[in-house]
Formats: sequence, structure tokens, C-alpha cells
Amino acid sequence: EFRRFSLERSKPGKFEEFYGLLQHVHKIPNVDVLVGYTDIHGDLLPINNDDNYHKAVSTANPLLRIFIQRKEDADYSAFGTDTMTRKKNVLSNVLRPDNHKKKPHIVISMPQDFRPVSSIIDVDILPETHRRVRLYKYGTDKPLGFYIRDGSSVRVTPHGLEKVPGIFISRLVPGGLAQSTGLLAVNDEVLEVNGIEVSGKSLDQVTDMMIANSRNLIITVRPANQRNNVVRNSRTSGSSGQSTESSLPSSTPNILANFLQGEEESDEEDIIIEDSGEPQQIPKAAPTSESLESLTQIELLHESTQNGFLPSSEVNLNHSAGSISMEYEAQDSDHKSLEEDGTIITL
Amino acid sequence: MRRFLRPGHDPVRERLKRDLFQFNKTVEHGFPHQPSALGYSPFLHLMAIGTRSGAIKLYGAPGVEFMGLHEENNTVMQIHFIPDQCQLVTLLDDNSLHLWSLKQHSGASELREEHRFTLKGPPGSPPSATQITAVLPHSSREVLYLGTESGNIFVVELPSFRVLEDRTITSEAVLQRVPEKYCNRRSCELVEALREHPKNPDQILIGYSRGLIVLWDLQNNKATHHFLGSQQLENLYWQRDGSKFISCHYDGSYTQWPVSSDNRQPEPLENLVPYGPFPCKAISKIYWQTTKNGLPYIIFQGGMPRASYGDRHSISVVHGSQQTAFDFTSRVIDFFIIFGSEPTAEFDDPSAMVVLAEEELVVIDLKTAGWPAVHPPYLASLHCSAITCSHHVSNIPLKLWERIISAGSKQNIHYSNMPWPIDGGTNIAPDPPQRDLLLTGHEDGTVRFWDASGVCLRLLYKLSTVRVFLTDADPNENMNTLGEDEWPPLRKVGTFDPYSDDPRLGIQKIYLCKYSGYLTVAGTAGQVLVMELNDEDAEHVVDHAEADLLQDQEGYRWKGHEKLKTRDGPVRFEAGFQPFVLVQCQPPAVVTSLALHSEWKLVAFGTSHGFGLFDYQQKRQVFVKCTLHPSDQLALEGPLSRVKSLKKSLRQSFRRIRRSRVSSRKRRGGSGNASEVQEANAKFDQEALQEMELAPVQRKIEARSAEDSFTGFVRTLYFADTFLRDSSRHCPSLWAGTNGGTVYAFSLRVPPAERRMDEPVKAEQAKEIQLMHRAPVVGILVLDGRGTPLPEPLEVAHDLSKSPDMQGSHQLLVVSEEQLKVFTLPKVSSKLKLKLTALEGCRVRKVMVANFGSCKTDDYSENDLAVLTNLGDIQIISLPSLKLQIRYPCIRKEDVSGIASCVFTKYGQGFYLISPSEFERFSLSTKWLVEPRCVVDTPEVTSNNHVHNKSGMENAARKS
Repeated sequence: EFRRFSLERSKPGKFEEFYGLLQHVHKIPNVDVLVGYTDIHGDLLPINNDDNYHKAVSTANPLLRIFIQRKEDADYSAFGTDTMTRKKNVLSNVLRPDNHKKKPHIVISMPQDFRPVSSIIDVDILPETHRRVRLYKYGTDKPLGFYIRDGSSVRVTPHGLEKVPGIFISRLVPGGLAQSTGLLAVNDEVLEVNGIEVSGKSLDQVTDMMIANSRNLIITVRPANQRNNVVRNSRTSGSSGQSTESSLPSSTPNILANFLQGEEESDEEDIIIEDSGEPQQIPKAAPTSESLESLTQIELLHESTQNGFLPSSEVNLNHSAGSISMEYEAQDSDHKSLEEDGTIITL
Repeated sequence: MRRFLRPGHDPVRERLKRDLFQFNKTVEHGFPHQPSALGYSPFLHLMAIGTRSGAIKLYGAPGVEFMGLHEENNTVMQIHFIPDQCQLVTLLDDNSLHLWSLKQHSGASELREEHRFTLKGPPGSPPSATQITAVLPHSSREVLYLGTESGNIFVVELPSFRVLEDRTITSEAVLQRVPEKYCNRRSCELVEALREHPKNPDQILIGYSRGLIVLWDLQNNKATHHFLGSQQLENLYWQRDGSKFISCHYDGSYTQWPVSSDNRQPEPLENLVPYGPFPCKAISKIYWQTTKNGLPYIIFQGGMPRASYGDRHSISVVHGSQQTAFDFTSRVIDFFIIFGSEPTAEFDDPSAMVVLAEEELVVIDLKTAGWPAVHPPYLASLHCSAITCSHHVSNIPLKLWERIISAGSKQNIHYSNMPWPIDGGTNIAPDPPQRDLLLTGHEDGTVRFWDASGVCLRLLYKLSTVRVFLTDADPNENMNTLGEDEWPPLRKVGTFDPYSDDPRLGIQKIYLCKYSGYLTVAGTAGQVLVMELNDEDAEHVVDHAEADLLQDQEGYRWKGHEKLKTRDGPVRFEAGFQPFVLVQCQPPAVVTSLALHSEWKLVAFGTSHGFGLFDYQQKRQVFVKCTLHPSDQLALEGPLSRVKSLKKSLRQSFRRIRRSRVSSRKRRGGSGNASEVQEANAKFDQEALQEMELAPVQRKIEARSAEDSFTGFVRTLYFADTFLRDSSRHCPSLWAGTNGGTVYAFSLRVPPAERRMDEPVKAEQAKEIQLMHRAPVVGILVLDGRGTPLPEPLEVAHDLSKSPDMQGSHQLLVVSEEQLKVFTLPKVSSKLKLKLTALEGCRVRKVMVANFGSCKTDDYSENDLAVLTNLGDIQIISLPSLKLQIRYPCIRKEDVSGIASCVFTKYGQGFYLISPSEFERFSLSTKWLVEPRCVVDTPEVTSNNHVHNKSGMENAARKS
């Protein structure tokens, strides 16, 4: 069943209005539907919020082809994203075979369902034996839900094999964030916390570091189960080539490519109540040039380009059409990372 | 590209940092932990104390201190000074001997270990053959005589420790001329004591443990006299003229023996059991001191009736008809007598007795009637009641200093006026730059004021808060004041009394305003006292108020301790700090933070439930604020009720045993003296440790939440005159930080001075900041327009500080355990932060602003933050830029009590407890260093004959 209608391109309005319009045009006011469109690459992409609605309208050339499916018999796997994302999803599929089977039954529609819980980052700069996992604590009520312990691991050194003390994940709390991501497992060795190497630090120190970073925790682990690396090996052949190094890249705290300072700041904002009024976020004072943070931020970008790879947001920049404003793009890249974890692609 | 340079690589700043900061541990204050040996040199007038951890400390005149540490960390068993030398020999429990000497280096003396030596027997001999039991440094200074368990006496040369085998005195040689019958009964005895003849250096007295004593002629290598004792020997002592000696025995007796050339095997002159006739404990050491008036002093350790007083640690002094058994609260390690050491003097004329007990040093004046104690200028027992908190105040105004000293001197009237008898060496350290006070709060409700200006930490004044309250503790003070006919004539001496009768009295927080003399202290049961310095005794009523910190919280039940009962009516207070206001928090939880503003006459206090503000001028509560999360049951009930430690209850039960023992002194038998308590405690600690090790070490990783327990715990309170609401008007304010990362700010309206009594102080909540990382707030500070911390109350009024810059914009520094953050004021926006935990895994334990002066120029100084972390590191962080300047490892991270006890001074020094009884003093500043610097000169040895100050040497008293 086809309908054809026109929209003011410069004033697309809100997704809610558009959704209402669709229901009106199709005379299905009380039916939940899933909306999708084909983008310039021919991929079927969802429209479920203002942002991707705006993007869809702005990229219409001149026709915007929209697909509407009834929610109950929707085929989620029909949605596809660009090639970049597909790669990463291969990985998460392989790593989470269980989730793969269950996921299609989850209704993915409104933005709150797209809340990220975790992501694997810096795949291209880490050796394949390591995995850098980011846990998004903010916005969820789920506990982080894991325990760490002391242990020892075997390292290859110039003097042969050596037993060195290490920190390991000792327990995952059922239903906790750590367990639900499937990216961390018992006996994984913790190598870094938010870019800081843990070797030489005591269990208590590492505990304190993790708790201090708990709102945006990035843990680099050496998974106890290394079997999945084979898959990744074949996949990463085209990446920047650093992945074959057998040790961690030198651990300057700034090497985390995806660890953008700005993002980190945003979820750290303290709250103030003035004169028993409403709680408000404390704004940042105008940064002074001597601020430590601004320095590190500059350094961060500086180093990452030198290292010969681009942070993923910049990759997306190249992909996007030139007409789109920067602000828009930043949000878009944000969504990209959401989709990486939210959508499941079947091979 | 300059902007890409990492901060802190500016060469000018790096140079300046070298001129400002330097880390040194300078001196240990207090009483050595676990002393194990004592030595004294009558020649140098120096005393040496050895400890179970292998440290030796030398003390002379106040300020003259040396410290050495044996590499082995073994217990020091014996210490002997070499006669007429700046040298001493130590014997450790691994049977090694160490020679130490005091040598001058660049104008000051230093204690150095020169040689070490372990006596080795022939191959195949049992270890007991060379186990040293007695050491005699010969007056010739050339040899040491070493008595052993096998009964053989080895001779070693000094300082090389070469064994002179041909001079060994074997037990076979000694026994040759002993009567057959006696000899058969006793073979193979260990050497208990070696004493050189006071007049004839060629003769030494050898005492064997089974009772045999021989006088040995070193020239002819044979025994000249045999004294056939029948009791197990403990020790020997020569009379000054060498005509008699005295032996003391295991059965509590002592015996006098004559030495004359006509009788080679004399009978004892006198045999006495001083505390008989019932069985007595051993007399382990004895002195016989002659005097001009003919009556000797007989001074001996132990000998108490075994059944009734066997647990007493006593030293008895007998002089004619006077006899006193000094009763110590802890085990006696050793003691010595100071007497006229001039070799030509005819009599000993003892002047003082110095007793090293396990927990304190006690000096008794033997010249003054009544034998009063002498107030020691150092080696103070900091822990006479356990230290619960400390507070340091720098640069005390002279007036206040003198008033405190005068109050203290009224407390010390029972001490002797004798000048400190151990007066060797010369203190050449420069005078301390300023007068500093260290205040320690104790478990028994006292606050002690210490002169912390220099090397000697001296007690100035002791304040007790107990009188304000009704406790069940008081009445039996006179337990030890005995009637005339009491026997034995015990007299309790010393100050060490670790048994707190009511733990609620414990002092938790102290704040002293040095300008006004107002002092506030707060304790375990929520009591807050405000005190004023009064130079006279006074009797007055203490105003009493209650602060209900829970306000309207419903359904709550406090299961912790009850509040303290107060005394009704006027209370008599001695001169000194006298309380005039008492605020009791309800529930009576421990006070966790305290602040006083002497200009506004306000005191603020916080507990785990909330905080309050009290106007001590009008004696009125201004407001209370409950910080408790409604679901925080644990804090509601009081932590003590749930986590009452087994250790504590164990200690309490021992305390009960002890108390009942004290009250029924005549009771027979019984066990459990202080040392047993300690042993039990140690054993318990060990068991607890093992348990912990067995449990899998696992740490939960979880973000903090508002629902966590004890988030309402008030960690810090701060008064500031700043721009709280708008940038045109500043006003008094009170800031509070909690365990849950919340900062509350109240604006205050304090009436002007002329209407101060008429109008009430008003407070209104102006701001509440929630740090998203929710870590405990441990420090709040307002920086003025120049980035300088606001001065203390009254500091400007006394012209001791520039007035703060009220033109520029103020900034708020909030220090949490995890990060330091600077916010702008009055509109709160975040400006700067320094993350510590996220980057390093360390947490802030203590923070204080310190002023650092340059050692190069007098006109430069800056304020920085001194931060102690849970890893025991000290970091210096610049203000207001929050840049890490330097980091020093200071305390072992396992030493939790050391870290908890640390206090910083305003000028970059600090103190922390290295044991319950010792403060380590450290300095972060290049400019302010307080460390011992002293010289010990070798006095001229006038006579070159070998008649020296004889029996002054502290010879081998083997400890049982």
C-alpha cells in the first residue's frame, strides 16, 4: 500500500508530528508502527526520533522513500547501517552469541531503548588479545555489578616466562551492568582502568580507581577466553596495523582514542541547589589557558592523529555529506555508537 | 608549541620548588615502643634505651638525643657503655655484639655502628656454649668479659672483638678449688653476673646462677675467694670500698658477703628476705649505696610476696627506717642509680633513681624528703591514656603561652625541683623559631598540651573534661595512699594508666583559638565543650544545651551508647581552661567535625546525623541541620552497637579483672597483669589477621549512591566571610561537607559587637552542592581575590595577617577523598579540578594549607596544600592552580593508625604516631626544620690510673 505526500524540507517539524501525520495518512491512528527509510547508500534505516527524522528529510534526493511496518510483525534485521558499523557488529555478534538469539524480540523504537550500556572501543589500536570495554553507568539504575581480586598471570619477558601479580575479575553479579554486557567475564585480567595501567598497583588502589571512574568506566582486559580472537584477527586485517603488537601501546593516559574529554566531563557535572531552589548542574567556568584539562585535551587530539589513525568520530565526518552542520554531526556520531550496540545484524 | 608542554616543566618553577620543599623525618617524640634494655654512662651522663625492634636511643641534657638502628631488627638485650669512652656495646637476642660510637662530624656528634661480632665456640659445641649472659666492659677499656650459658667467660679485645683465647676463664678452672661436696651439687652453671672490683681492676667477681660466687684474680688467673651461696643467684653489687659485696637471689633474699684477705671462703654477714616470711618473688637487681651519714641506701627490684603482690612491678628503696616500694603500672625493664661518680669521693651519695618501665620513664629524687618524682623533659608517655586525636597550633602568642605554662605549673607542684639529672652533651641546635603547641586528646577525656617547638616534646598542661560529667569512675582515687602500718609500703608512681573507665569521655576533636584563648573540644558521646582560659581556680555552673540533630526524623532508635550525665550545680575547676558551655548532640554519636569562630563567638559541630551551630556568647542554639539519609539505618542506630569489636570487649573484660584485683588487694593468686593483657591482645590481633588472610580477598566495584550508609556523616566544617549570595556583599558563612559528597553553605547574620547580646544570630541555607562522584568531602576552603586562603578568625585583628582581598572574586576549594575542585563564588561554576583517585588510585586522608618559605630568600613564601593519601604519600599541591608540586613517601600504607594520626602544621611540618607512644616529626619545608643537633665532648680523663668511677657501670642484669 503506497501513499505519496509532500513535506516542507526546510521545516520538517518534529518526529512526533511526522509519526502522527503518517498514521493519519494511512488511517491507522492506533496501530504502533515502525518507520524506516532508504538512505543515499540504499540502506534501510529507522526513523524513530527527531534526529534521524531530520537527517532523513535533509538527505532526501528529492524523494524520501519511507517504509512503514506494523510493530508486532516488524523484521528488525531488515534495518542496515553503513559498512563501518557492520564490521563492529560482527564482532559483538561473535562475542555475544546468546544475545544474538534473544535480541530480535526486544522492541527497539524510542531513544530510551537505545541507551548504551557498554561498548568495545579502540579495537584498532589494541593487540587482539586485549579488549577495552566501556561501561556506561549514567542513566541506568543497574549496578556495575562486578568484583575484582588479586591473582597472578604469566608474562613473556626477556628472561623467559615470569609470574607477575595481576588483578582479575572475580565475580559478576547477575543482572548487573558488567554481566549484562557480556563483554567481561570471570578471570579476565584487568590491565588498565581509564587508560591507567594497573600493574604495580594494589587491589585497593585499583578498586578506588574503578569507583572513582565508575560513572564512565573504561577497563582494558585480557579476556580469560581467548578463543574469540581468531574471528577478530581475520576482520582486523584492514585496520591500522597496530593490532599485531604483542604488548599494550605505551600507556600514556591519553592514548584512549574514544575517550574524549568532553564526553567525560559531561557526566561529571556536580549539582547545585541555590536557596532551596531546583537542583541544577554546575556549569563550567570559562576555561583559562592554564587549565590542565584543556591542555590534555589538545594533547590528546594531537597524539591521536600522529599515531596514524583517526578517532571514529572523524571517520564519520568523512562519510557524511558536506552540507550537514558540525553540531548535527556530533550528535549523529553519537547515534552511530548507539546503533552499534543496539542493532543486531545477521550475516 | 609551548602550550603542549606538560605542566611542571618550567625550569624556573623547578628551581623554586627545590628552594621550598624538602622532606625529612627529623625526630621521634615520646616514649620508645617496647623498650627492652637500659644503659647509663656516669662518665658521659648519657642514658641509652634499646628496644625490641633493634633501635637504640641515647638521651642526655634536654635536646641531646641520638638514635641508631641495628640492621637485624632484633631485640636489644643489654647495653653497656665503655668506661670513660664515647662508646657503647649492645647485645642482641641473636647473641651478636655491636660496638657503637659517638663521633663528631661537621660540628655535631653522630651515633654510628662501628663493629659487630658474634662469639663462636669450637666446632661441634652446643650453641649454649657461647650464648652470652653477662657482659663486663673492663675499666682498662681494652677488653670485654663475656659470661656465657656454659659457665665459661670469654675475653675479647676492643674495638676489634678479637677473642683472646688464652685468657678464657673456664668453669673447670673456677671449680678446681671449690669444695668437693659443694662442687658435686652444682656443675655447669651459667654466668649470671660479672663485676669488677671497685678498687682493684685485676679482680673480678663472678656469679653463677646456682649460687656460687668467686673472686677471680686476672693477673694470676686463679680464684682467690669462694663464696658458697645456697640460693639461685640473680645479681651482684660491690660496695664502694670493695670490702663487701651484696648478692640477690631468686627466693627474694639478699646476702652481704665480706671480702678480706684472711678468709678465702667466708660465710655471709647477713641474709635477709625483706618481704618475708611468706614466699617471695626474685630480687633481680640490687644496689648498695653508701652515704655520709652512715645509713646506706639499699635499692632492689622485685622481692614482693609471691601470693599477694606477685603481680606488682616494684622497686624498693630502703634508707634507715624509711622504706618505700615504688609501684609501677607496667613491667620494670631496668633501672639505675645516679650518684657521685668522682672516684676520689668517699661515699656514693645517690641523688636519683632512673627507672625504665615498659611504658614510661620514672625518675625519683632520692635527695629530697619523701622521694618525689622528677618531671622528665623528654620521653613523655604520650599514651598514658590512648591518644584519640591531635591538633597542632603554630606560633602561639607569648601571653597565651605563659598562661598555659602557669596553669600547668600549678598542676606539677608534687614534682621535685631537682634539675634534670641526666645532663650529658650540649644542645647546639638553634632555638626553635616559634612557640608551637601540640594538643592531644585522650581516651580518658583529657587533653594534653605539649610544647612542640623543639626537639623535646614537653608536657605543659593537662586538661580534664571529666569533672563536667557524672561517671561511675571517680571515688577510689585514694586506693594507693596507704596508712602507716601498711606492708609492703607500696607507692604508685608514674602516669601510665591505659584503662579508661568510660570510653564515652574520649576526646575526638579539638580546636584552639590562639588569639582569644577559647578552646573547644568534642567527644565520643556527642559532647561539645567550649572553654575559656582562666588563671585562677573557679567554681561555676556549666551552661548546658542539647542539640537534636535528627529534627523530625521518625521511627528512629539509637542503639549506641547513652549520653553522658552532667553534674548539677556549680563545679570547681582548677586554673586553666574552664568549660562554660556544654552542648550535647542527640543522638549522642561521636562528634566527627568541629569548628570555632572566636570573632563571631560561634561553634559548629557535626556527627553522623547532622550538624549544628551554637552561639556561645548568647548560649543559644542557632540551628541544626539533619544530613541523614532517611534509609540509613546503620547510622541511625549508631555504629558502635553493631560493629562492636571482639577485641574491645576482650580488653574490657581484662579491665574488669584488673579493677576487681585492685579493689581486693589482699586476694590471693590471680592471673592477668598488664603484660598478659598485652600478650592476649597481640595474640588476638594475630588471629584476626590470619582470619583475614584466609578470606578470599575480593573487592566490590560499585558506584557510590545516595543510599549508601553514612553518607550524612559530617566530615568537615568551615567558617568563612565570603560572597555567598551576591558579588557585592560578603557575609559570614558556615560550610559543611559530608561523607556522601554534599557541601552545605549557610549564610549567617551575626549582630554587630555593640548589639551582640541583644539580637539573635541568624542562619539561612544558601547553597547545597552535590559532587557527582559522591566521595567524602574532607576539606573546604575559601580563597580570596588573590587566591590566598582566608585568614583565621582574629588573625587580621591581631595584625598577623594581611586582610583578605575582598575586591576580587572568591573561590571555593572543595577537597574530597578523590579529587580537588575549585568553584567560583558567589555563582557556583566549576573552574578547576585535580583528580587523584581516578588517576593514581590514592585517596585523600588529610589536607591542610601550609605556608612554605624559600630557604634562599626571606621575602618569598607561598601557600600550598599538604595532602596525605591513604597510601601514606604526602603530596604538595599548589594554590590556587591545583598542580601537583612534589610527592614524598612518608608512612607505610599498611600503617593505618599512623596515617589516621597525622597532623600537619601551618608551616609545612607534621606529626604522626609510629607507635601508640611515639610521634614521628617530619618536615616538608626547607626553612622550618626541628631536628636534634648536639655535641657530646669526651670529658678529660684526669687520672691515668685505672681507678675509675667503678660500679657506676651498668652491668649485666639478666632479665627474667
